Amino acid sequence: MIVRRIHRVLVQGITGRQGTFWTEKMIECGTRVVGGVNPKKAGETHLGLPVFASAVEAAKAVGFDVVVQFVPPLGARAAALDAIDAGARLLVMLTEHIPVQDVMYFLAAARNSGTAVVGPNTAGLVTPGECFVGIMPGFNRNVFRPGRVGVISRSGSLGTLVCLDLTRAGLGQSAFIGVGGDAIVGTTSRDALEIFARDPGTDAVVLVGEIGGAAEETAAEYAATMTKPVVAFIAGRAAPVGKRMGHAGAIVLGARGTYDSKRHALEQAGVEVLDLPSGLAPALTKALARAARANPQSARQSKSG
Amino acid sequence: MNFEEHVAKAEFAAAGIPVPEGRVVTTPAEAEAAARALGPVAVKAQAPAGKRGKAGAIALAESPAEAAAAARRILGMTLGAHRIKRLLVEKRIAIARELYAAVLNDPASQGPLVLFSTLGGMDIEEAAARDPQSVRRHPVDILAGFAAKDAETMLGGLDLGPAQALLADLLVRLYAFYRARDAELVEINPLALTRSGTLVALDGKLALDDGALARQESLAKQGLAEPLTGLEARGRAAGLRFIELDGDIGILANGAGLTMTTMDAVRHYGGRPANFLEIGGDAYTRAKPALELVLANPNVRSLVVNFCGAFARTDVMAEGVVTAWEELRPKIPVFFSIHGTGEEEAVRLVKGRLGVEPFDSMDDAVEGAVRAAR
Repeated sequence: MIVRRIHRVLVQGITGRQGTFWTEKMIECGTRVVGGVNPKKAGETHLGLPVFASAVEAAKAVGFDVVVQFVPPLGARAAALDAIDAGARLLVMLTEHIPVQDVMYFLAAARNSGTAVVGPNTAGLVTPGECFVGIMPGFNRNVFRPGRVGVISRSGSLGTLVCLDLTRAGLGQSAFIGVGGDAIVGTTSRDALEIFARDPGTDAVVLVGEIGGAAEETAAEYAATMTKPVVAFIAGRAAPVGKRMGHAGAIVLGARGTYDSKRHALEQAGVEVLDLPSGLAPALTKALARAARANPQSARQSKSG
Repeated sequence: MNFEEHVAKAEFAAAGIPVPEGRVVTTPAEAEAAARALGPVAVKAQAPAGKRGKAGAIALAESPAEAAAAARRILGMTLGAHRIKRLLVEKRIAIARELYAAVLNDPASQGPLVLFSTLGGMDIEEAAARDPQSVRRHPVDILAGFAAKDAETMLGGLDLGPAQALLADLLVRLYAFYRARDAELVEINPLALTRSGTLVALDGKLALDDGALARQESLAKQGLAEPLTGLEARGRAAGLRFIELDGDIGILANGAGLTMTTMDAVRHYGGRPANFLEIGGDAYTRAKPALELVLANPNVRSLVVNFCGAFARTDVMAEGVVTAWEELRPKIPVFFSIHGTGEEEAVRLVKGRLGVEPFDSMDDAVEGAVRAAR
């Protein structure tokens, strides 16, 4: 889902250094944070917000839609199950290096309860001009401006660069969805494409992928069914085979997860794949112009204001 | 994290999965003694690489003298980058049939996947290509687990005779082992059905999830160290993800995606990256040791510093870089691109203390570095 200003957000691990820093940033940016969780500080207030023993306790006292987690890797599963039990609609998992079987476990629990999960190892979600949830510079007007381009990225830092380039080119964003750098994530690149395909505020999508896994190949199958233009960049063309490039999911194993396979799948699906991120904004501008010519009735203003 | 066969097999045995009787040896004399105790044996190099048979790193020996000769030949061989230091000497088994069994983390189903094939001794993909009917794939609901009835459903129709119940039991044990040990892959190939109707794991592969090392300490201690270069080991010790490459353009960036992209850009403009090094996540505060690491590579002729701050603050990273630069006074040109969180302060630092003007785009910074390295 795309986070909106009306969504109420609960922060697990709100009292820690990062939890505190980013909760302040989220609030400054317009995110509606309603409370936090720290079992050891239940009953206290932090940043003027109530702190609860668990998400389940918080649900009894304040309602919330979204839970975002600043929790160490080995505590992430229990915290995620708590958020799911509490009825969160969306769970944003920022933590990197969570044991994979723990991830599979809470993703299964989330599927059963109808909780959407973004991440793990994501930098979060940004809806420019409204709010952000996570650790993105959602407050930085050089990077994010309201507009009509949806951006999907496995990487936070590269996603930031791409949004900055779009903003410079006058292309604002409807939302940024960081899907995360792990091999197994809740909301996949394909799922994120579907979110933007259905979003009336989005005219075109930028897909920022990486080598490793098959997320881009699966996304390509969905992209082939879309009417909105999609352009893509895939990081890791110059990466050596068999080395894990920082992200747990970014590794080419033999013939699996290669740059060529991803690029080929996306191009077959009609997605323009650029050699460098700097090519994305010009390609998008052209694609939007083509779409507007093809369908003048539904064409909308895509430049940011 | 990967393991040698003998470690995987000791773990299997403890989990109730039968393995051949065997001994780990490091000298021909020990191999000879083991063969004297065990009878006809297989002498197997202990190495992370597969295809040991084809490489001549597994030998059959009928006598203690043959075992000693095989050990003498295999010890000191190199497989991939791995020099053989240990052998597993195992009692030979009378095989009726070779099968395949595995459990692994499956991104497609976002859960565990149990695999079985009646064609052992080959890759599962190879088996599937040769005879799709021979391969069974069972995605597991991790909340419910994998019980004997699931295994029986999975094996149904494979005509395994009296071995079916034993196989079902083995698959349940293998799954329980995979869960208990946070494996990302556990594989038995081949899994032997013996002439006496028992099952024995003839080979064993185990890969542990690196994210779970902290709660699998006793197992992690027995794991294989990754083959690292001197600089890579130094990076690892400093908590930095550093990979040494064969080019001459040093790269320092934050975040895995941005760092890979910087490498791609270097290649795009005709240069060759000297390293992958990202200071993403909490490592953004360690820009100083990171830069020292990049510059310790004597091949580096120019440097790109590419920061795009989100979680990582570019002002904190720039402070680390500038401090390291002032201390080391390297004689190479440096090209900056700095954007995002903390950008104004970071640019001021770089201009003020290094007298270097950051470029407006990553492309320009990279192009400059490539040109300077020529």
